[in-house]
Amino acid sequence: MTEQAITTAPVKAPAVRGSLFRRLLRNPSGLLAMAFLALVGIVAIVGGAVAPQDPNLASLQAILAPPGADHVLGADSAGRDVFSRLLTATQVSVAAALLCLLVALVIGVIAGLIAGYFGGWFDGVSSWFTGLIMALPGIVVLLAARSVLGPSVWYSMAIFGIILSPAYFRLVYASVTAVRNELYVDAARVSGLSNVRIIGRHILSVVRAPVIIQSAIVAGIAIAIQSGLEFLGLGDTSVPTWGAMLNDGFTNIYKAPILMLWPSLAIGLTCMALVLLANAMRDELERASGPKRRSRKAAVVEVDDRPAVVQHVDDTAASTREGDLLLSVRDLVVGYDKPDGSITKVVRGVSLDIRRGEVHGLIGESGSGKTQTAFSILGLLPAGGRVVSGSIDFDGTNLAGLGNKGYRGIRGARIAYIPQEPMSNLDSAFTIGSQLVEPMRLNLKISNKEATDRALALLDRVGIPNPKRTFDAYPHEISGGMAQRVLIAGAVSCDPELLIADEPTTALDVTVQAEVLDLVRDLQEERHMGLLLVTHNFGVVADLCDRVSVMQSGLIVETGPVRSIFQHAEHPYTQSLLDAILEDGPARGPLKAGEKELA
Amino acid sequence: MIRFILRRLLSGVILIFVISVVAFSLLYIGSGDIARRILGQNATQEIVDRKAAELGLNRPLYEQYWDWLTSAVQGDFGRSWFSGQLVAQGVSSRLAVTLSIVIGATLIAAIISVVIGVLAATRRGWIDRGLQFTSVLGFAIPGFLIALGLVLVFSINLKWFKATGYIPITTSFSGWMSSVTLPVIALAIGTIAAVAQQVRGSVIDALERDYVRTLRSRGLGMGRVVAKHVLRNAGGPALAVLAVQFVGLLGGAVIIEQIFALPGLGQLAVQATVQSDIPIVMGLVIVTASIVVIVNLLIDLAQAALNPKVRLS
Repeated sequence: MTEQAITTAPVKAPAVRGSLFRRLLRNPSGLLAMAFLALVGIVAIVGGAVAPQDPNLASLQAILAPPGADHVLGADSAGRDVFSRLLTATQVSVAAALLCLLVALVIGVIAGLIAGYFGGWFDGVSSWFTGLIMALPGIVVLLAARSVLGPSVWYSMAIFGIILSPAYFRLVYASVTAVRNELYVDAARVSGLSNVRIIGRHILSVVRAPVIIQSAIVAGIAIAIQSGLEFLGLGDTSVPTWGAMLNDGFTNIYKAPILMLWPSLAIGLTCMALVLLANAMRDELERASGPKRRSRKAAVVEVDDRPAVVQHVDDTAASTREGDLLLSVRDLVVGYDKPDGSITKVVRGVSLDIRRGEVHGLIGESGSGKTQTAFSILGLLPAGGRVVSGSIDFDGTNLAGLGNKGYRGIRGARIAYIPQEPMSNLDSAFTIGSQLVEPMRLNLKISNKEATDRALALLDRVGIPNPKRTFDAYPHEISGGMAQRVLIAGAVSCDPELLIADEPTTALDVTVQAEVLDLVRDLQEERHMGLLLVTHNFGVVADLCDRVSVMQSGLIVETGPVRSIFQHAEHPYTQSLLDAILEDGPARGPLKAGEKELA
Repeated sequence: MIRFILRRLLSGVILIFVISVVAFSLLYIGSGDIARRILGQNATQEIVDRKAAELGLNRPLYEQYWDWLTSAVQGDFGRSWFSGQLVAQGVSSRLAVTLSIVIGATLIAAIISVVIGVLAATRRGWIDRGLQFTSVLGFAIPGFLIALGLVLVFSINLKWFKATGYIPITTSFSGWMSSVTLPVIALAIGTIAAVAQQVRGSVIDALERDYVRTLRSRGLGMGRVVAKHVLRNAGGPALAVLAVQFVGLLGGAVIIEQIFALPGLGQLAVQATVQSDIPIVMGLVIVTASIVVIVNLLIDLAQAALNPKVRLS
């Protein structure tokens, strides 16, 4: 537990709306924890005074007396009144924990502020010191200290405070280094505020909340370790503490196990209340800061207007390269379930057809639902997303709402996927070769040797200069362009009929974009695959596609052969997308020539 | 890889050296008139002085430290001031006890936390809520209270296990199992709570990575992706937490050994502390720090095996 506090990640402290205290009062576990801690606090202050008997008064008659009129909670092995001892012990235990907390707080916060704000040698020394402290269990240090300093609770707790100070140091250090270079701190510095005032005004306000949370945890640890030391019998026997009482109960575990109950409850409940309070504070702070991440879902306003899709008739150019129908999506609606039971629809009724050998572009701005459409065909929508209605007919199988079992033999084998960002789509813990071989062995039921040969041939085919070396390399050892070629090789490795490429060049360097697009196009033609190309770039569409569908706000607004749409786009959104690419750059001749710099 | 190991070893040796300097200075300066302490208040000053000279206590501190260091690197940590027993012998005879419960607890905690953490991350629902709840309890309740509860229920009421004592594994395996089961459980619970929580978090993280979707798009089943790719990527952070937890387990063992009357390092430490037997305390500090350094090195090696990027740094 000691070491846990030291490594606890710093809690990001947002500006708290409303008082944290008032919010905690409305949080059930926070309220409960605070009420219990308040009770402990009151007992700690007045307990010694209201105790019915002298906590150290021993009585031979009362040894191990059961609870009764004389002794509400019974008497211990020396005949001392358990209730009085419990009340008095609370004071010592709480004061000891507070001392430890204070020492840790002062050292940790000040060192953290200095190291984080000024950096320099102090930074290095403090970090090294933190590492040193964490190399020994706290209790071993305390035992060593006790062997020279004697059984004083206060010495032990002050030393333990030093041992726990990294818990604050790390927290404050992380917060301060994060804030130090923020613009408003710079502004304060430029406007001539002294360092002390900047730290006071801007930096302390940032670390205040996480420090309070950490304090609850540190207090719990201090109580636990202090009780532990006393329990070992290493404390001052003249001072009643929870741990010493527990020790007495343990010694008499066969005769009067009930003696263990009260100190156990006091220690256990106090520690639990402190941790619960810390958790409640963290929850409230996180709630105040709102949801941390926005998912990639499109922000679609729920309106039930479905304007007619502008449909261009097929021309000869588009129909020369097509085979029979491969994929037919009809009225696809994709939605995310919200906690209140409603559904956010990000795709609101999309229909599109892809034939064998056809390249179909799906274009739109980010958030238009194009990627969601692609993922729903793959059956790989992010958590919470699902196909609400509509059908996805893939060569006679309806993929809509099909579970993982239903996709067996389809995903990877017949439908493949080329992702957008090359690096994050390779698992950095495995070699490139193993990531290529694994799916082939699974889908094609071939031996390791065969799959390896195939993978090497594929790497060669996608234009990787030294296939063997790349095969043995880890993803971080190759460039982004190479990684994308590897992913393309992986996608086509099991001879799929349909390829879904989600912005395959967006993350790449401009110089390699055109080469990668050419590669995709060549492979598609060579293997007569259907290709659904998701993009936001009309240049790519012009370069590669036979047909294109334009998506806006979860709907397809215009669809048809590429040439026809380029020549007379009717929907205003399509026109604005086209204008966007025509605006920049000098006048150009045929579209094909100008696309490479755009792509 | 060899350089990586050597560098980690070197930094470990430096760490132990620094700890030994700090501990030696504090212990020997803090103890005041050591010879008097050993001999008691009734001894004459003459005898005290002779004792001090015999132990070399009248020489400058750095000379004493140098003596200690030169013998320590040869495995001689001096003798106990009170029993006269060799420190190295006392420590090594107890090492097995402590290591059996600490390593046992570490291994069991590692296995159980991976299972629980992965289940909570992939299934969510009641397993997840249960983990959240129990990990708060496991974190909050001190290990020795859990140990006391276990003794009360399983040893005293149900009589399933021996309440106290240790049976070496060489004497009887079943006896050894019976004597270490409860201590290991008591130690492991807190660690399981912390590590399972970390496994859950990093599995959830890893599941959201792009490569998981890409691997699934290649036709790999969810179970396979989790078992092979997600777990390996989530293993790093979990191991880091386990390394930190191990230090806590070593500390926790001190109290646990006392409760179960196990003749381990913890028991020796408590005895030496009460008697102010500085050579033993010094030896224990070094042994503990060395165990921590070795375990950290092993965990670093495991990290390197899991993640190729670590090997390069």
